[in-house]
Amino acid sequence: MITDKLQHLGRNTLNNVAGFGRSGLMLFGALVGKPDFRKGFPLLIKQLYVIGVLSLLIIVVSGLFIGMVLALQGYTVLVKFGAEGMLGPLVALSLLRELGPVVTALLFAGRAGSALTAEIGLMKATEQLSGMEMMAVDPLRRIIAPRFWAGVISMPLLALVFNAVGILGGHLIGVDWLGVDGGSYWSTMQANVDLYQDVLNGVIKSIVFAVIVIWIALHKGYDAIPTSEGISRATTQTVVTASLTVLGFDFILTALMFGG
Amino acid sequence: MSDIMVDIQRLSFSRGENLIYDGMSMQVRRGKVTAIMGPSGIGKTTLLKLIGGQLKPDSGHILFDGQDIPALSRAELYQARKKMSMLFQSGALFTEMSVFDNVAFPIREHTRLPESIIRLIVLMKLESVGLRGARDLMPAELSGGMARRAALARAIALDPELIMYDEPFAGQDPISMGVIVRLIKELNNALGLTSIVVSHDVTEVMSIADYVYVVAEKKVIGHGTPEQLRQDKSELVQQFLQGEADGAVPFHYRANAYEDELMESAR
Ligand SMILES: Nc1ncnc2c1ncn2[C@@H]1O[C@H](COP(=O)(O)OP(=O)(O)OP(=O)(O)O)[C@@H](O)[C@H]1O
Ligand SMILES: [Mg+2]
Repeated sequence: MITDKLQHLGRNTLNNVAGFGRSGLMLFGALVGKPDFRKGFPLLIKQLYVIGVLSLLIIVVSGLFIGMVLALQGYTVLVKFGAEGMLGPLVALSLLRELGPVVTALLFAGRAGSALTAEIGLMKATEQLSGMEMMAVDPLRRIIAPRFWAGVISMPLLALVFNAVGILGGHLIGVDWLGVDGGSYWSTMQANVDLYQDVLNGVIKSIVFAVIVIWIALHKGYDAIPTSEGISRATTQTVVTASLTVLGFDFILTALMFGG
Repeated sequence: MSDIMVDIQRLSFSRGENLIYDGMSMQVRRGKVTAIMGPSGIGKTTLLKLIGGQLKPDSGHILFDGQDIPALSRAELYQARKKMSMLFQSGALFTEMSVFDNVAFPIREHTRLPESIIRLIVLMKLESVGLRGARDLMPAELSGGMARRAALARAIALDPELIMYDEPFAGQDPISMGVIVRLIKELNNALGLTSIVVSHDVTEVMSIADYVYVVAEKKVIGHGTPEQLRQDKSELVQQFLQGEADGAVPFHYRANAYEDELMESAR
């Protein structure tokens, strides 16, 4: 019994490690080698649209609501200390340092990551990837690489949009609704937000998260068992694994950036 | 230039525990239509993937135009693949592109021809499979048979030296079947292609093949020109050609003894 379990655990661990090794090689294979701009650029543009632009709506709506909630929650606490003038920095810092990168990554994993996994898994199941290989076109270069770069480029931008919209949402609730002074909302924000410490670290976080989410999504799709339930399992795994990994890395990065 | 395009020597291949080929050899002559026949699940698709270098054999050699495919580096393999082409059983059309773009895909990838010439080539290829009118359809809008023909147009887009057809006749109505049979023959003769046709449609295959291999039980059980095969004394070969369900070749996927398994579930 127990040896069975141990055996199972051992095998799972080995499979996972092997999987990561394979996906590392895969990513490596996709990204090294001289890029062909003539063919690569249009592919990248198309993926930027599919992965980035089409995710914009969900990011804007979520950003708006999160900013509004932050302002509402923050106000009720701050007003007890007569510190509602600090609402601006509260909203801005929460978004820039934490919520912007993290929530964007989670939404991105659900919106774009799952779609990528399903798309690539299906291409594998319908032999499109094999077919491409037989036409002497490397699917890693043709399919994986543009999606990877499009994700890595678009997610930090989406996080910035999320932040901006969130800050406006905070303004909407804090200033327009709850009556915090508009001038102090912006001026205290300006005084308390540091370009490097807050904005840049947030961007770095979201670049790291982008790599994590996209890599997991592409790997799960490429490695999916080419059947319908294999693909559905891979899609779920993408969302779960990517979300948990992002949260784990968020803790590590936060500790490194703001902990010391 | 040797007379033999694909030379398979003592090929062994297994999928996990499942031994598929055990020391099999066959030769495909340049400029000829070579057919590979065998019951379903015997590993015909697998064989084409081995020739294409998508799978690596456990042992043995697969010489394509003198190069040993399993021993090639990645770059060399991609170079070799430019000379071959495969028509997948499922068609494997790219679902996000129209039929036109599918056929144009290999041309755009491997040449720098201007779009006007690409258009000309694509229309010619589509015309030859009778799908010129369907060029703006998406693969999802095609029937299974049409998809196969569109895939055939794509497979011949760059005039390869070797073309491998995986079950080209399955799912075709008698007319398009006739078209494809003729097309395979014509392509082969007019362009000097070498063709490998994998199929279990005995009549069609025997009508176009110059040479036939019958594969079963992990190896070649009979080969020769269609005439020679019809005269073949082997019981196995005759069973396959006549299409008898149970004879020397078992029709069932290998399994434990039927009684044993029934007893086991009773226990
Ligand atoms: N991806 C795979 N993993 C494991 N086994 C496989 C895989 N693909 C095929 N097989 C096994 O390999 C054997 C040969 O499969 P293959 O697809 O080559 O058969 P085939 O001769 O082309 O059959 P058909 O005429 O039905 O197309 C089968 O027994 C199948 O179970
Ligand atoms: Mg097959």
